[in-house]
Amino acid sequence: MASFFSRFKEGLKKTTPTFYKIFGKVGGIFSGKKLDASSLDELEEALYGADFGVETATEIIEEIQAAYKQDKSLRGQDAARIGATVLKRVLAGAEFSTDFRAHNPEVICLIGVNGSGKTTTAAKLAWRFKEEGRGVTLGACDTFRAAANEQIKTWADRLGLDLVASQHKADAAAVAFDAWQAANSRHRDILILDTAGRLHTKSNLMEELKKIRRVLQKHDETAPHHAWLVVDGSLGSNSIEQARVFHEAFGLTGLIITKLDGTSRGGALVGIYRELGIPIAYVGLGEQKEDLQPFSVENYVNAIFGIEE
Amino acid sequence: MLENLTDRMSKALRNLRGIGKLTEENMAEALKEVRTALLSADVHFKVARQFVEDVKAAAMGQEVLASVTPGQQIVKIINDELVKLLGEGAGQLLDKKPLRIMLVGLHGSGKTTTSAKLAKRLAKEGYRPALVGCDIYRPAAIDQLETLCRQENFRCYTDRNSKDVPKIGRAGMEWAKEQDANLIIFDTAGRLQIDHDLIEEVKKLRDKIVPDEVLLVADAALGQEAVNVAQHFNDAVHLTGIVLTKLDGDARGGAALSMKTITGVPIKFMGTGEKMDDFEIFHADRMAQRILGMGDVVSLVEKA
Ligand SMILES: Nc1nc2c(ncn2[C@@H]2O[C@H](COP(=O)(O)OP(=O)(O)OP(=O)(O)O)[C@@H](O)[C@H]2O)c(=O)[nH]1
Ligand SMILES: Nc1nc2c(ncn2[C@@H]2O[C@H](COP(=O)(O)OP(=O)(O)OP(=O)(O)O)[C@@H](O)[C@H]2O)c(=O)[nH]1
Ligand SMILES: [Mg+2]
Ligand SMILES: [Mg+2]
Repeated sequence: MASFFSRFKEGLKKTTPTFYKIFGKVGGIFSGKKLDASSLDELEEALYGADFGVETATEIIEEIQAAYKQDKSLRGQDAARIGATVLKRVLAGAEFSTDFRAHNPEVICLIGVNGSGKTTTAAKLAWRFKEEGRGVTLGACDTFRAAANEQIKTWADRLGLDLVASQHKADAAAVAFDAWQAANSRHRDILILDTAGRLHTKSNLMEELKKIRRVLQKHDETAPHHAWLVVDGSLGSNSIEQARVFHEAFGLTGLIITKLDGTSRGGALVGIYRELGIPIAYVGLGEQKEDLQPFSVENYVNAIFGIEE
Repeated sequence: MLENLTDRMSKALRNLRGIGKLTEENMAEALKEVRTALLSADVHFKVARQFVEDVKAAAMGQEVLASVTPGQQIVKIINDELVKLLGEGAGQLLDKKPLRIMLVGLHGSGKTTTSAKLAKRLAKEGYRPALVGCDIYRPAAIDQLETLCRQENFRCYTDRNSKDVPKIGRAGMEWAKEQDANLIIFDTAGRLQIDHDLIEEVKKLRDKIVPDEVLLVADAALGQEAVNVAQHFNDAVHLTGIVLTKLDGDARGGAALSMKTITGVPIKFMGTGEKMDDFEIFHADRMAQRILGMGDVVSLVEKA
């Protein structure tokens, strides 16, 4: 079984132009064949299987059913196109774009629940900016988890990145403060802050995030300029709740969806965008430095519905 | 949302009061609500479908109680079904010394943390634990395990020079025996269930160490893919149990029901925080109420 998003990874080269990307085993029934009542049922379930959430799944199936009522000779591919059209409509405006040049340094703060991929993403992002010729500093604000410092330090050494870290159990906000100062005095363009994983249900840990913001603002009133939530793409609807609470506490400006190299379709991003309108900056497609891609609605939707342009 | 499943069910069944029996027809709307509720709790769609069938079968022909609403009555039936499904085989590990446990799972699910939590828990039950670090990929995975072991005073075997995971596992096992440990826990790297090479690696490791327990460590907030993940890991290494992590969050945890139903592998423990003591035996009743988003109704109907 191949990853749903291998095409992202392969630089969006052509891959199998079939419906089965989303419809899994039932793909064979659908691809070129006419739909009928039972295939419509299966289709509905397959849509639920993508973690889009009940609302979006229902919207897609209703449009397909309406089209089917009009035209009983509707085929699998036609249904895929309808689905893609609906999903593109839902995701309109979900792409993120900026040149990260408005501030010195431009501060990106990565936050999220435990194990979502923040530290790895911080390293990948830093590497990406560095490749583009930008000056980058990493700030290691996870002073809590066992060996969090060693982990980000390993990345920094491996990729030749500038890192500001501190002692285990140090104050995360103090590290953010120091990292800004270092980045500024070294004339870096971008400062990326990695933070400790925290569940959105822990109010004391959410307060710590607010403190990081307050302290950064002693240097630059507008910092952090980007507050990005790193979301594990294999999670289900709880991601929406996570995003809502982090958004309330910290004012999210973007999302990064990780682990899309698995079989998950990352459908929760649809629910989050639908609910909160926060754009998706990047998607994570593996554990290596280059496995990070800017999010594209077109590519995402086409990969999901197996549509080839 | 789920909080008001009872409300929605009561609405769907409002005409039922005083009319006697629950039938396929008069329950249809309510059962649709149940399906939607399960889906929004991230229960796999196939599991949700089967579950609704089971509930229908269990409810059919039951007298409508006078003291509760039909909605509450069905919720009780659903709850009982859920507890039954989730609870089969829950809880215990093999009662055996020495005991070898291997932990597997997706990236970031909580394997390394759970290794130490398990050791701590079983140490209290009289085991002498040793941990073996079999993750050679994640940056600082070894440091993380060593740090936790230092903190808790556990013996720990790691090898920073080897790239041969099965060999590391085997050597760690021999070493642990020499140290007189009678509980050996193997922490492995996070891997995708579709990553052929890494799945082969963990199969070879398994063959070398022949663990008594192979536990899948899975995030309680997993979505529809949970089934796929559990099935593939089970096929590859024959799971003996599941550990659900991050239950200190507010995920409904429908994935637990999906994984249990599809693989039959029992859920044994749950992680409820980042600290070493945030670890408990799995409680099916609590999990059921969580999936349904309610506890009160059950006791209400129980008293009726
Ligand atoms: N397959 C895959 N694995 C990933 C991806 N991003 C991160 N990971 C892995 O996920 C695991 C957790 O990643 P981390 O970067 O440590 O996550 P974190 O959010 O910093 O974790 P905490 O700091 O403990 O909250 C590691 O094993 C990473 O290698 C991705 O896009 N794909
Ligand atoms: N809140 C909470 N966090 C947990 C729990 N279990 C583990 N974590 C956290 O989840 C993150 C990932 O845990 P790890 O033990 O590193 O996960 P892992 O599966 O070993 O990760 P990889 O080795 O990268 O695949 C860390 O931040 C842990 O502190 C839990 O039950 N609750
Ligand atoms: Mg981290
Ligand atoms: Mg680990």
